[in-house]
Amino acid sequence: MNSLASITDAVSSRAAAAVSVERSSRSARIGSGALGLVVVVLAVLPFVVFSSITDSLVNLFILIALASMWNLLAGFAGLVSVGQQAYFGLGAYSVLVFAEQGVQAYLAIPLAALTAAIFAIPTSWLAFRLRGDYFAIGTWVIAEVYRLVTTRIDSLGGASGKSLTTLSGIDPVFRGALTYWVALAVALATVLVCYLLLRSRLGLSLMAVRDEETAANAVGINVPRAKRYVYLISAAGCGAAGGVLLVASLSVNPDAVYSVQWSAYMIFIVVIGGIGYIEGPLLGAVIFFALQQALSDYGSYYLIILGILGIAVAVWLPSGLWGLIADRTRITLFPIGYHLNRPETAPSNGDGEHRG
Amino acid sequence: VEWTNAIIQGVLLGGLYALFATGLSIMFGVMRVVNLAHGDLAVVASFLALAMVSGTGLPLWFVVCVTAPLFAVIGYLTQRVLLQRSLRAGPMSTLVVTFGLSIIIQNVLLEKYSADTRTLDGGDFATGSFTIGDIAIPYLSLTTFLLAVVVIVAIQLFLSRTGLGRMLRASSDDQDTATLVGGDSRHIYGIATAIAFGTVALAGIMMAMRSSFDPSTGPSRLLFAFEAVVIGGLGSLWGTLLGGMVLGLTQSIGAQIDPALTILGGHLVFLAVLAFRPQGLLPGRTA
Repeated sequence: MNSLASITDAVSSRAAAAVSVERSSRSARIGSGALGLVVVVLAVLPFVVFSSITDSLVNLFILIALASMWNLLAGFAGLVSVGQQAYFGLGAYSVLVFAEQGVQAYLAIPLAALTAAIFAIPTSWLAFRLRGDYFAIGTWVIAEVYRLVTTRIDSLGGASGKSLTTLSGIDPVFRGALTYWVALAVALATVLVCYLLLRSRLGLSLMAVRDEETAANAVGINVPRAKRYVYLISAAGCGAAGGVLLVASLSVNPDAVYSVQWSAYMIFIVVIGGIGYIEGPLLGAVIFFALQQALSDYGSYYLIILGILGIAVAVWLPSGLWGLIADRTRITLFPIGYHLNRPETAPSNGDGEHRG
Repeated sequence: VEWTNAIIQGVLLGGLYALFATGLSIMFGVMRVVNLAHGDLAVVASFLALAMVSGTGLPLWFVVCVTAPLFAVIGYLTQRVLLQRSLRAGPMSTLVVTFGLSIIIQNVLLEKYSADTRTLDGGDFATGSFTIGDIAIPYLSLTTFLLAVVVIVAIQLFLSRTGLGRMLRASSDDQDTATLVGGDSRHIYGIATAIAFGTVALAGIMMAMRSSFDPSTGPSRLLFAFEAVVIGGLGSLWGTLLGGMVLGLTQSIGAQIDPALTILGGHLVFLAVLAFRPQGLLPGRTA
């Protein structure tokens, strides 16, 4: 009797302990800790280093924000856009307009994100009529329309652009640091939004849609609605990044801010870093930034190298560099999936004995 | 008279756009690939023709006869070496590869030729015109238009009369079945890309004589070609010709109203077609 009870006990407790489902793994917890440390170091940087370094890091943060938003769009919703510069430009011009209306320029950045999302609603009606590669060029044409319409509005400075003057009262050193923190905050916010979104129900539906759209539709996922949400969120993120560009450069020019070059940056950063991984755009942006800084004396050669690297990765390494790292080391900084853990102590042939 | 003139110039300009868009239409029709480097290839042809004419003094017709076949060969090789690999890696991959080519071409041209704008001097042929009533018809525009029609008729004949052409159409309709009945899709895709590159070289040289170009001109031209294809209807070469003419007309009439409306007008017509007739004006199945 005694031994039977202990066996039943052991079986039930073993059944409970046999598998445990969790999102995070040990490597993820270590990774998150390291990431947290990096963020803290970045946050105190303006007190430590010269402003030339923090000023150039602002560009890195803009790239991270843009690339994260493009990754969300293309890597998780399957919407390969070449027209996100529409919202980038719109964001920059929105901050300009809000600042001229008396809103503090830094505080206008969230409003710029909202403006971009609002403009994205009617745009999506049109763009979503196209699929695949045609969606890509269609969004590009729409971005061109945004640019051409902007150049025709005289109060926005027309084709030659306009300067932001409302920040000129702030001490330049303090303004530089403030811009740096705002840029860092926007970059972190876009990454965090991706992370939280992908852990949510919407994220689950998105990944189902990405992996098999027909099946996702069949299990009751409203595919167009899920895609539209992502499109709006991505527009908002790009709008905020555009706002950061304006407060960093203090002037805006339609040809520069609506340039398809921004799409090129987003696409190649994400593809090289690893599409469909939250870590991908971070890694890709750092690589791109390093390339740009290292080859800054050689004109546009860094773009040629970027193109070659992008083609090579797209053909031979479709999951990008982070895909390679994740395959080899199983490291994830942002756990968005689930893991099934089996306790290592459980004997593999135990069940058969008791059943008999 | 101004308006009649604008309409005739617009239709003739449409011929140029159609010639230019034919390659994009074929590559999409057969391979489902939108070649984002299409506009930049035209610019490469422009620079190549410029280098040959100013460097060697060869006559223009000879330059055309050399450049177009050369581009066709380059096209075949590009497909076999690069695009075929990316086709296997997925649809996203071809987009990235052609976009990468676009960036590489633009920046190599920029490093080699600087950002200066240039034009290809076509002599009397490029500037001369004859008049019917009060309307002046430039030789260059008319030749380009006729060239576009000849090229499209030739491609249609190739598609309908030859075995390889029929295989191309079969691949376009159903690639797996075409492979089953013995079509080598790699070779067929290579031929389609060769046609696309050859026609884009012709269009690039014609454009170079008509308007100025620089290393960054490609992307805006790509959009014209894309608009002509979508307005006309996917997968139809006659549709592409019609789409090119609609685009040319819109731009020409837009310019008549306000020069700043030239390009915006074309974009807006494209968006209107997208909104109200997404299948295009002449949707077709051939190629």
